[in-house]
Amino acid sequence: MKILVCISKAPDTTAKISFTDSDTKFSETGVQFIINPYDEWYALVRGLELKEANGGTVTTISVGAADYDPIIRKALAIGADDAVRIDTQPTDAFQVASEIANYAKDKGYDMVLCGKETINYNGSQVGGMIAELMNLPYVSLAVKLEVNGGTATIERDMQGGTEVVEISGAFVLSASKGMAEQRIPNMRGIMQARTKPLTVVPASGSLAMTEIVSYELPPAKSACKMVDAENMDELISLLHNEAKVI
Amino acid sequence: MSVLVFADSNNGAIAKSAVEAIHYGSKIGETTVITYGNVDDSALASLGNYGASKVLINKSINEFDGQKLSKLIRAAAESAEVIVFAMDFSGKSLASRVAAGLNAGLVSGALGLPDTSNGFVVRKAVFSGKAFANCKINSDKKVIALMPNSIQVETNDASASVEEFNADLGSSAVTVKEFKAKGGGGVLLTEADVIVSAGRGLKGPENWGMIEELATEMGAATACSRPVADIGWRPHHEHVGQTGIAVRPNLYIAVGISGAIQHLAGVNGSKVMVVINTDAEAPFFKAADYGVVGDAFDVVPKFIEKLKAFKAQQ
Ligand SMILES: Cc1cc2nc3c(=O)[nH]c(=O)nc-3n(C[C@H](O)[C@H](O)[C@H](O)COP(=O)(O)OP(=O)(O)OC[C@H]3O[C@@H](n4cnc5c(N)ncnc54)[C@H](O)[C@@H]3O)c2cc1C
Repeated sequence: MKILVCISKAPDTTAKISFTDSDTKFSETGVQFIINPYDEWYALVRGLELKEANGGTVTTISVGAADYDPIIRKALAIGADDAVRIDTQPTDAFQVASEIANYAKDKGYDMVLCGKETINYNGSQVGGMIAELMNLPYVSLAVKLEVNGGTATIERDMQGGTEVVEISGAFVLSASKGMAEQRIPNMRGIMQARTKPLTVVPASGSLAMTEIVSYELPPAKSACKMVDAENMDELISLLHNEAKVI
Repeated sequence: MSVLVFADSNNGAIAKSAVEAIHYGSKIGETTVITYGNVDDSALASLGNYGASKVLINKSINEFDGQKLSKLIRAAAESAEVIVFAMDFSGKSLASRVAAGLNAGLVSGALGLPDTSNGFVVRKAVFSGKAFANCKINSDKKVIALMPNSIQVETNDASASVEEFNADLGSSAVTVKEFKAKGGGGVLLTEADVIVSAGRGLKGPENWGMIEELATEMGAATACSRPVADIGWRPHHEHVGQTGIAVRPNLYIAVGISGAIQHLAGVNGSKVMVVINTDAEAPFFKAADYGVVGDAFDVVPKFIEKLKAFKAQQ
């Protein structure tokens, strides 16, 4: 089983968000970067579990510059066999997806796994775009993936419930909570990761379709109005008359 | 500009998030709606109330099949300049695929109408709601996935023309086996106007009775913090936050939740937030609009009692 897992870099969930260059660039000063949690906890770990059960390989793929290497080494420490980094600084999801699709197209992967979104751009875009560009079926927001012979059974979140689908042949999936549990890399994994192959390949020159022209921070929140615990009538009156939400 | 809006249907009714997308589309230009399955013609014609001029329906697709639906939408989008989805479960599945197929740029999670004074710029939330980005689409065709509950829907008396629409949909490698509806009925988290959410402060799953009662009284959906879902007190699909579901209700009531940054990231789009917590120093109070320092086991039952009295008077 040949599994490809897409890995993106994201600021730590506690990072302070600020911008530079007249609010056109995310300020990386003092920010620690992690593997995007959906890619790591769900897509990568489920890929590894399937490999452990069925044999095969797990390769990670990232589109980014050399600053990606530390998080790629972490993915290798968690258990991926090898990694590919497509060497360019992408500016939108379309560019990322095109680069991954161009690379993966003729390599015979049985599945391409992504996280359901990144925690920095919240796009939910890359998986579906890769699927379209590779002409493969796509299952979004998957919470369960089982493989039996050449058939995959996938459960995905939909409005009001989950849908169970079956696919024979290769597919692309985006992973959501429920798919797997986070794995902490052990010392042996960290040592091995240093010598696992990380192949850097040149970009194919795909172009972005969108650009971020500026960022804004939300306006400061006005102070919280405190209501006495003995005075729930006041809370109801505030919600009704002032906030107008009940 | 001519606009195509994809509207998903649930059990024969057009989804609320889709109605918002239709209204949004009509503010951009002449709007055609594409839908599928088994929806009454009169229900389709009434989409004119929200601004649709024309509704196309494909009756050969009867379940959510992403491959066929994206082909259908692409065929219908031939003459459209702007294609709009709701950023709900189906939009997350289809918008990216359709955009790539049309060689078009996509802004997902749009919060407002495009600004066309200098190109085509759409505002969206980034960094899990901790910031906003103004995102410019440079392709000829433009795809937008609209964040649910981010625009006000106005209605009129117009009615839309309805036509059947067929296209070459090819075959699909995906077989839909079954749909497992979430138990409990109730209000869907992603569509709820009011959400009652509780955290580890509730001490155990046996104490959720009052949270459910409050939610029923308010016509609200229930939600929870991540540890509560992780330890199995509540189902995973109730987990809100940066690594769970992001919600944007009009009113979010947080009971016994500390307000960690990762929790806030999924709920900071709420219009009004009420926090009930024993600890006056809990970080949630900094993000809230109304706060009550007190024991949930004392405050929530009192709130329910007063709310019932208030409703009886209305
Ligand atoms: C990478 C990452 C991602 C994460 N993603 C998420 C996410 O998506 N969503 C999420 O929720 N968390 C997330 N977390 C976890 C988050 O950091 C917090 O640990 C979590 O939100 C805390 O949940 P809680 O508020 O229910 O529990 P606690 O932090 O234990 O807080 C319980 C609160 O209840 C109050 N309390 C206690 N007793 C009572 C009482 N009787 N009445 C009223 N109040 C009472 C306490 O004062 C306290 O404030 C994430 C963490 C990481 C590291």
